[in-house]
Amino acid sequence: MSKINFLRPDKSNLNTFLYLGSFLFFISVLDVFFNAFFSLNLTGFLPNFLSFLLPLILGFVGLYFIRIEFSGIRYLDLLNKHINTNNFNAILSLLIIFVIIKSIPPVLSWFVIDASFAGDSKDVCTGSGACWTYIKVWMRRFMYGMYPNAEQWRINLSFIALVLMGSVGYFATDRLKKYLTLYYVVIYPLIAFLFIFFFISGGPVFFDFSYGIIAAILSIIIGFFIPAKYKFYYFLIVPLALYIILKYFIFFEEYIELGKLDGLNWVETGAWGGLSLTFIISFFCLIFCFPIGMAFALGRRSSFPLIRYISVGFIEFWRGVPLITVLFMSAVMFPMFLPEDFFIDKLVRAIIAISLFEAAYVAEVIRGGLQALPRGQYEAAKSLGMGYWKMHIFVILPQALKLVIPGIANTFLALVKDTPLIFVVGLLEIVGMLNLAKTNPKWLGFAMEGYVFAAIIFWIICYAMSKYSYNLEQKYKTDR
Amino acid sequence: MNFKLKDIVPQLITVTAVVLVFGFFTYNAQINMENRGIDFGYGFLSQESSFDVQFSLIEYDGSHSYFRAYLVGLLNTILVSVIGIIIATILGVIVGVARLSPNYLINKFAAFYVEFFRNIPLLLQIFFWYFAALRALPLPQDAEAMFGVFFLTIKGLYVPAFIWQNFSVFFYSVVAAIIAIIVIRIHAKRVQENQGKQIPVFLISIGLIFILPLLSFLIGGVGLSFEVPVLKQLATTSFIYEGGVSLPPELIALTLSLSLYTATFIAECVRAGIQGVGKGQKEAAASIGLTPNQVLKLVIMPQALRIIIPPTTNQYLNLTKNSSLAAAIAYPDLVLVFAGTALMQTGKAIEIVSITMFTYLTLSISISLLMNWYNKKIAIQEK
Repeated sequence: MSKINFLRPDKSNLNTFLYLGSFLFFISVLDVFFNAFFSLNLTGFLPNFLSFLLPLILGFVGLYFIRIEFSGIRYLDLLNKHINTNNFNAILSLLIIFVIIKSIPPVLSWFVIDASFAGDSKDVCTGSGACWTYIKVWMRRFMYGMYPNAEQWRINLSFIALVLMGSVGYFATDRLKKYLTLYYVVIYPLIAFLFIFFFISGGPVFFDFSYGIIAAILSIIIGFFIPAKYKFYYFLIVPLALYIILKYFIFFEEYIELGKLDGLNWVETGAWGGLSLTFIISFFCLIFCFPIGMAFALGRRSSFPLIRYISVGFIEFWRGVPLITVLFMSAVMFPMFLPEDFFIDKLVRAIIAISLFEAAYVAEVIRGGLQALPRGQYEAAKSLGMGYWKMHIFVILPQALKLVIPGIANTFLALVKDTPLIFVVGLLEIVGMLNLAKTNPKWLGFAMEGYVFAAIIFWIICYAMSKYSYNLEQKYKTDR
Repeated sequence: MNFKLKDIVPQLITVTAVVLVFGFFTYNAQINMENRGIDFGYGFLSQESSFDVQFSLIEYDGSHSYFRAYLVGLLNTILVSVIGIIIATILGVIVGVARLSPNYLINKFAAFYVEFFRNIPLLLQIFFWYFAALRALPLPQDAEAMFGVFFLTIKGLYVPAFIWQNFSVFFYSVVAAIIAIIVIRIHAKRVQENQGKQIPVFLISIGLIFILPLLSFLIGGVGLSFEVPVLKQLATTSFIYEGGVSLPPELIALTLSLSLYTATFIAECVRAGIQGVGKGQKEAAASIGLTPNQVLKLVIMPQALRIIIPPTTNQYLNLTKNSSLAAAIAYPDLVLVFAGTALMQTGKAIEIVSITMFTYLTLSISISLLMNWYNKKIAIQEK
């Protein structure tokens, strides 16, 4: 055993330094641990200032002793490499470890140990912890808003059906998926939309939309037999004409009794609320903003100057203003622009406003993808004799959209996070319901629990979405 | 003839549709306004507003005009944005660098921060700070002083006020220092390009920015004293602080949540920027004998900044636009004062909402024009 130089730990005295260092480090962590969990001050006999800093000093010296390069012990080397590279890093690591240990007991006691779960009135919440009883009692309101209790199965059913519709596609075989893609992009959103809207509100709107869908499907099917030369004009005129014929000349409603489903009361949109409204708004806006955004992205890169200028104006206008003023506009200014006896429901107005707003962001993201494609792709498609629409649908958009998956996911995340803003038009989703519940005289003083609850829910949704988009990105990554 | 029907028809249809929609809206608006007896015009801006605003940077009360109220709101928006941008940048850069730290704990801590604050809606965070966290602060009479002069209470943060004498002299000395620094920088660059000599610009700059204002204190007769807030009893249970500057809790909650939220995005921009500089660049710089500091200053940073600045500017814009959420907690910003109170009083929906939107639009477009210009300036000159 050679002479020990305490200022310079080296490999020749590895064991001595290792035992000494880990002992000091262990002592320092133990001190903080006892302090945090049992509020015991082991070093209370020392002066106040020293007792406060002692764990840091001890831990620092301990980490200094065990910082021996190429010690040959795998875990020690890993430790040194990751948290103990130099003095500065050692102190930061110690501080973080201490902060974590210190913050466990108060957080744990607030969330679980001192919290109250039982009962259904404010009286049980006497402890210093959280009052989860409050959340339990208000759960229905946080989930469904003012939607009548007896009718809430309709919301549940809609969402279950939506999940089922989605999972059919998720578990389908790859070969089937190819054919399902068209269905998913065009028809499925419409059906889901119809289903949700019809079910949740329960009303006659059903038929107006179903004419639209039937007209769209019919015109697409007939469209396959139209020569390519006339396709453009065909799609310009026929769908609208079909819709008008269906609506005014074939009285569909008389033949089908579906619209007269008794027992489904109309629930006005003012009563919708809570987390389900967050989902409904996100879902509808997501469906609407994507095609609008795509159209404007193509418009911005169009070779027709007038269309280009209009698209640029649209995109820059919506991107330049905050969402809250857009909602203000939809609430106070938009009714002025409509004929006097014409009334649009405030939920629909909010959805239109948010969709247009997010469409501008989607348009910019997609434009990024379109610009990133090499020009050769366009030229190759053109040289095969493809027209504008064929080229974009079969060659350009599939590649461009693949490129911008993260960007689109970010936009959708922003959309979900923006939904609480609808309080401006007087709709109360989960955050709005929280604010309402917290002013209830019977349940004053539980703002913290409510916000923590909503934060956890939103965090789970958003985190799951971002992870899913990351997976998609990995899956569709093609080497270019 | 290169006139093609296929080129004209789509444009014509689009333009007609746009014109029709706008025409329809304008027509309806005219009829609606006639029916309700509202006349269109911006004359109301000079009328007396007769409402009060809680917090304003310029002198304002009910006897001032609506235009003045608009200015109050605009200044409050700018105030919150500027403070938020400064804090968010500092925090964002620290967290972004920490994300790249080789230290596992620091790295994960920064990642946790980013993932946590990024995935919670901003409005919820504002509500949390305002209604839950700041409500747990002590009442004015129970507040303990921080450093003897700051008081953080449920009614806001009270800080000492600066009281200047001959402020203009001090101000001119700072301006002079800045101009001198710019001149020296340009001169130093020229000297380096021509003769290869290095002038310690940084040290000279630091010296100038301290010495010139200091001279103004010693020679120019500038005086500075502090006015510390003092607790005063209004009634038996009601206390306030007098003197000093008071920052309302709305402002604190708003800047706190805006900067914590935006810092996560800035941190990601910074991380992407530093990662975007190739490893070879660093090694090449080191191999021609630059010191680590020089590598950072002359090689890494100029390239990283080129990647970092455009998305960060976007985040600044987002922060400014998000500051309009102030309306939810009654911080008197542009949206609350003008599109809220003033609109309720005058009923001029179209005029007021259009002015508000136009203001934000001008702000955004001018910043993005500036950014485009900057981008063009620093873009790599490819041959």
